[in-house]
This record gives sequence, structure tokens and C-alpha cells, in this order.
Amino acid sequence: MLFELEQVTYSRDDKVVLRDLDARLPVGASAVVGPSGSGKSTLLRLLNRLADPDSGRVLYEGADVREREVLALRREVSLVPQLPALVEGTVHDNVGYGARLAGHSFDARRCLELAGLERSFEGREASKLSVGEQQRVMLARALALEPRVLLLDEPTSALDEGARDAVESTLRRLRTRTSISIVVVTHDRDQAIRLADYAVRIEDGKAGEQGPIEQVLAA
Amino acid sequence: MSTAIDISLVEVAAALVLVAIAIVASRWRGAGLEEDIAVAVARSFVQLTAIGYVIDLIFSEDSAALVIALLTVMVVFGAFTARRRAERVPGALPPLLVALALAAVTTLGLVLMLGIIEPEPRYVVPVGGMVIGNAMTAAAVALNRLGQDVTDRAREIEAALALGATSTQAVSGIVRRSLRSGMIALVDSTKTTGLIFFPGTMVGMLLAGADPVDAVRLQLILLYVLLGSVAIAALVSTTVAARNFFTPAHQLREPPAP
Repeated sequence: MLFELEQVTYSRDDKVVLRDLDARLPVGASAVVGPSGSGKSTLLRLLNRLADPDSGRVLYEGADVREREVLALRREVSLVPQLPALVEGTVHDNVGYGARLAGHSFDARRCLELAGLERSFEGREASKLSVGEQQRVMLARALALEPRVLLLDEPTSALDEGARDAVESTLRRLRTRTSISIVVVTHDRDQAIRLADYAVRIEDGKAGEQGPIEQVLAA
Repeated sequence: MSTAIDISLVEVAAALVLVAIAIVASRWRGAGLEEDIAVAVARSFVQLTAIGYVIDLIFSEDSAALVIALLTVMVVFGAFTARRRAERVPGALPPLLVALALAAVTTLGLVLMLGIIEPEPRYVVPVGGMVIGNAMTAAAVALNRLGQDVTDRAREIEAALALGATSTQAVSGIVRRSLRSGMIALVDSTKTTGLIFFPGTMVGMLLAGADPVDAVRLQLILLYVLLGSVAIAALVSTTVAARNFFTPAHQLREPPAP
């Protein structure tokens, strides 16, 4: 099992966001589905320790995430947030941001290509790109870390239909060309079916049904 | 170097005409500062009169312990005052205390060691007051900016953390801009000094009848000392306070709103 959450409770501003949640996410492509405000994004943030639960455990490959060196964990399990948040500079600067911090070499063109952007983007100012292009640069800069798992928080919520299709086909292509596991948070049932094989449903901070995607989403 | 001049309370009272202008301007344009101006005038009168007696006592006693006690009180009051501008910074008081104390100790220590001023209360107290006052303003402005920017840019910070950046790396651009905010006012006023405005010490010395060349030289020394002290205060306060936004596991204590 890639991730296991055991009796996880998490509160924010005195409001319980996740309550006694048990969930399992296998290697491959999983979707965390549920209505807005159900705690999906919070669950994702627990997986690479952007937050820690108040109680309960999060296991990654069988070991508590708190036993891992946190920065190494985040390079291995990289999160792409819901909205683009690039640094000032060119696309190249952005793609290499995490890799340079880690002291890794990176192939910007390959990362851009994997993220569905042409090489010509490399020298362009990140701030002048469309939101859809920026979101793919966010994906490229996560890929530059050569992660084993990509956590995607509503990756197309800010995009129009054309850009959404481009990002989705990029993610499907990633699955065929790399061995990266994907955990995607989405409120869009159809997107979950297009991107994932396995699903966990979250409602009001509690885990609902989980299993093969057709089974969960047919319910 | 200086000659005494006599100022009567009547002359001080006459200057209140200008305060009346400030109050009228505030009321006319609805700035709502009338009460603040009145409080500021009353406090400045009471505080400066009180400090006048304290300084008089310290000068006459010529005691290092009294000087250090007075400067310590200034640092503590300065840190509490600056904290009000840094309300978005969690636990801002300790970084401010450290920053103001370090700014005072380092700059006063250096000017004394280099023999720039004499180790006498007459020199150390006023220079120390200026150093701490300017350090307080710089640290307050820097932390105000830091708190604002960390709140506004929480998504960017968390995106960087999500890629394995340390908290220091994730916030480095913001710390740099905050440091700049804290220092820029004094840097700019130092650039234009003598052209657009005459700084206070020089004005005071000229009014007291000092030789203009002496007045200018002392003012230059103070400006350079103040540049050092605001740099230390802004640097130390932002560097130490920036840590307070994060847990030891490089997590934002106040994550971006969902």
C-alpha cells in the first residue's frame, strides 16, 4: 500500500476538518473525491506533511511519515497546489526551483515536455503565461524533482475546458511513460474516472466508500 | 562645542499654534486624528519632561549602571511599541527585544571602541536614544511588512515547502523585501540630507549656537551610526521573527485559506 491513514483527526481554527478517518491509497492512480469543503485537500496535505494530524497516523510505504526526513519526503512525494504559485523569473527558473534547492541536476526541456509544454516556453517569463500554462509549469517543476508520487490538488479547477483537457492528457501520458503514482483530489466525478483507477470518497471529514473507481463512483 | 540657550514654557506653549493647525486639518478632511494628536502632544510633553529630569539625574550621577538601566528601559519600551505594528507576526516581542538590544549594543559598542564618542552619559544617552528609536522604527516597519507578506503570499510559501524548500528558503524573498522596507526610509533620507531637509541633531546644534562645521560632522557620525543600527535591527528582527511562522517540520502554522 502506498499510503494508509489510520484514525486521522485534524482540526483547524477549532473546526474538525477530518474525523477518525481511515483510508488506503494503493500504488498507481487514485482519486480522492467528495464535495467542496469535505476535507479532501487537507487529506492531501497530510500525505507530504504540509500539515500533521492532531491524532492518528499517516503511513507512507508502511512507515509513519513523521519518521521520514520531512524535506526528503516532500521531494519524493511532491504536491502541486490547486492554483499556480510560481516564483519571479523565467519558466526555466521555475522548473528548476525545487531541484536546485535539493542540489539535483534537472532536464528542463524533458520536464516541460512531460508536462505538455513546448521547449520554446523555457525562456518565457512565468508571470506572462496563461493560468493553464502556469499550472503545467507547476507540474513540470514538481517533475524536475523526479518524485515517486505526485499529489495533485484540483489540478484543473482554475482552467477552461481546453486547458483542462490538455492537463488531463498530460497526466494520462505521465502514467504511461513513467512509474510515478498519482493521488488526485477532485470534486469532478468524470475527471476522477478519466484519471484514476482507485477512489476514496470523503464526506464531512469522514471516509466513505473506497475501492476500484467504477465501484466507488457507481455508488 | 555648544552654548546653552534658554527656552521658556511660554515659548513651548506658543508652538502649540502649529498643533492647532494639525487638528483643524484633521477635522476639516475627516482624518479622525484629532484625539490621537491631542494624546501625542500630551504624552510628548509629559514623557520628554520626565526624561529631561531623568537625564539630568544621570548626567549628574555619572554612573554607568544608570546609563545601562535607562538604555534597557528604552529597548523594552521600543520593543513593546514596535510589536503593535507587527500584530500579524506570531511571538514578535522576543525578536524585537533581541533586535533592538543587539542594535544598541553593537553600534554603541563600536562608536565607543573606535573613540568616536566619549564614554560619558552626556554622549552615550542621547546617541543611544537615537540608535534605539531608529532601530525600533526600522524593526516595526520590517515586521509589519513581513507579517503582511507572509499572510498574502501563504500559497506561494506553501508551494515552495511542497517541493522540499526549508522554511527559510520558502520565505527568503519576503524576508529580503521586509528588510529593505525597514531600511529604505533612512537610506533615502540620508541621501537627501542637507538638500531637502536638515536632520534634527544638526538643527539642534545650530540653534544652540554651535559651529556649523562641528554640527555637520556630528550629524554625519550619527547618520552613519543610525544606518548601522537600523540595518542590524531590521536584519535581526526579520530573520528571527520569520521562524515564528513555521513549525520545526517546515510547516506554515497558519496555512493558506482553503
